[in-house]
Amino acid sequence: MELVCPAGSLPAFEQAVNHGADAVYIGFRDSTNARAFAGLNFDDERAAKALALARARGVKLFVALNTYAESGNTARWYDAVDRVAALGADALIAADLGVLDYASRHYPDLALHLSVQGSATNYEALDFYVRRFGIRRAVLPRVLSLKQVRQVAASGRVDVEVFGFGSLCIMAEGRCYLSSYMTGESPNQQGVCSPARFVEWRQSGAQMESRLNGVVIDRFGPDEKAGYPTLCKGRFECQGQTSHVLEEPTSLNTMAILPDLLAAGVKAIKLEGRQRSPAYVGQVVSVWRQAIDRLKKDPAGFRPDPHWMAVLQGFSEGSQTTLGPYDRPWQ
Amino acid sequence: MELTLGPIPYFWEKQTVIDFYAQVAESPFDTVVLGETVCSKRRQLNRRDWLEIAQVLRQHGKQVLMATLALIEAESELGALRALCQEASELGILVEANDYAAVHLLSSAGLPFAGGASLNLYNANSLKVLRDMGLVRWQPPLEASRDQIASILEGQPEGLCTDLMVWGFMTLAYSARCYTARVHGVAKDECGFVCLQHPQGLKAASQDGTELFTLNGIQTQSGRPLDLRGIWQEARAIGVSSLRLTADGPAALDRVRELKRAIDGDIPLGPNTRLNTCNGYWHRIAGMASA
Repeated sequence: MELVCPAGSLPAFEQAVNHGADAVYIGFRDSTNARAFAGLNFDDERAAKALALARARGVKLFVALNTYAESGNTARWYDAVDRVAALGADALIAADLGVLDYASRHYPDLALHLSVQGSATNYEALDFYVRRFGIRRAVLPRVLSLKQVRQVAASGRVDVEVFGFGSLCIMAEGRCYLSSYMTGESPNQQGVCSPARFVEWRQSGAQMESRLNGVVIDRFGPDEKAGYPTLCKGRFECQGQTSHVLEEPTSLNTMAILPDLLAAGVKAIKLEGRQRSPAYVGQVVSVWRQAIDRLKKDPAGFRPDPHWMAVLQGFSEGSQTTLGPYDRPWQ
Repeated sequence: MELTLGPIPYFWEKQTVIDFYAQVAESPFDTVVLGETVCSKRRQLNRRDWLEIAQVLRQHGKQVLMATLALIEAESELGALRALCQEASELGILVEANDYAAVHLLSSAGLPFAGGASLNLYNANSLKVLRDMGLVRWQPPLEASRDQIASILEGQPEGLCTDLMVWGFMTLAYSARCYTARVHGVAKDECGFVCLQHPQGLKAASQDGTELFTLNGIQTQSGRPLDLRGIWQEARAIGVSSLRLTADGPAALDRVRELKRAIDGDIPLGPNTRLNTCNGYWHRIAGMASA
């Protein structure tokens, strides 16, 4: 089971490599990747430095080009594919059919991973990408239950990677336009969700109000910690009640079911967080490295260490974690 | 210019559905897309019922398509998808694929197919990949702008039908989780089909009263309906060949009649200011905005 770790900067990349990543995924410094935040990501020079670090330590480097290529501007995405191939990365993570097609035709030896943004939630959909583009791995959306992950992995169509820890998208990734509905910018096109430049904080009486492009996402009392206005985790009114209509602020943590994921044949665990700090990357990678090593030694006796869980909790949204779709308390 | 009615996104009683399509049979729609696209537990109508409605509509001269589920997770859902593709092909009915599982099954069988908006075809090369596999009609992504759609359609070969949604509540997101059940405080498996109580979905607003979303089972839809009917001539000019309306009730038939009159007279359609609509995506701004 491979540990795939995020890096939004060279210092974060170093942290991931030093703390036990098997592979690190990065993105270029533009809208070709789904974490296109200001000040983050890699130009060619930094990508080359990252690759040298990775090679020195026997770690793999993946590049995510996982937004959808904008019509009229597709050269930016194809150029990025050329750069991934020139860099000599170990895999390209993509979702757009045009990008996958370009990569598979021009670089047949470049390993393609289907991004979570491709929204492939069943083995027939995976078959499409395997047959058409020869993908070698697929990252599954965070909507499947453990049983469904088992079925997809058992189908043997392609190696499966699942999310282990980090921010939790509750919608099928690649099929969520909530952010562009409210701001005009979306994960699929601009590589952003609830982008910071649309965020506004207003004190109104005793309450702190968070807004996204003018829309009230939440109101916090003096005793509440005001969270970032990720719009699916806001409090809205429905049927006369104000509540987290879609989801509470919480992060995904699958540590408790790691033995089940291993038994299911899951080939890689992905940690989310290219937008997070090097300190986050170092500590979270270290915890997951220890966990996977212990799991491999003794799968039957595996129990998450309370210290690991405390570290992960500290890095979680609203200081809460959930197994989310994997065990579906709401099912 | 073809007029297309999209699938009913909500869960309606069987008789309501049958009565609705009886009215549709007499409406100006040229093409009607049938089927359950949201939740596999919604079985007021079985596949045979849908195919019977299809036959009636065909007798009234309508082209009929059958749409697939958009979010396919369970083995049982794959089984239903295979059966749908098989039966539709036997009857010569085009299937609208809303997931790549359907694209895979249909293209492997050598069948032509239509592609729904959730296939994420954002550029001409992506469209070509599917055209080469049998795609004959498609919907641009809901968040694509006028300029983006025009750019995709530049140089497309004759015979490809581009179907643009111009009216109705837009599906903005799909989740495994059922939000209608969540609002009712019941588990998804014990939902008791509470969505039957909400034939136009459940409205959710911001704390200061802006209508934001329409909850419809696992779908999160826009809080305001899209109205792009006013730009129908512009859409024609960039190569759109079908205009799609999605119904939240029989009022959609009035909306299509208004549009039909404009098309027949080749005249613009003025905005209907009584309706609180949006059209931002077309203008490359926030989708909920109205330009």
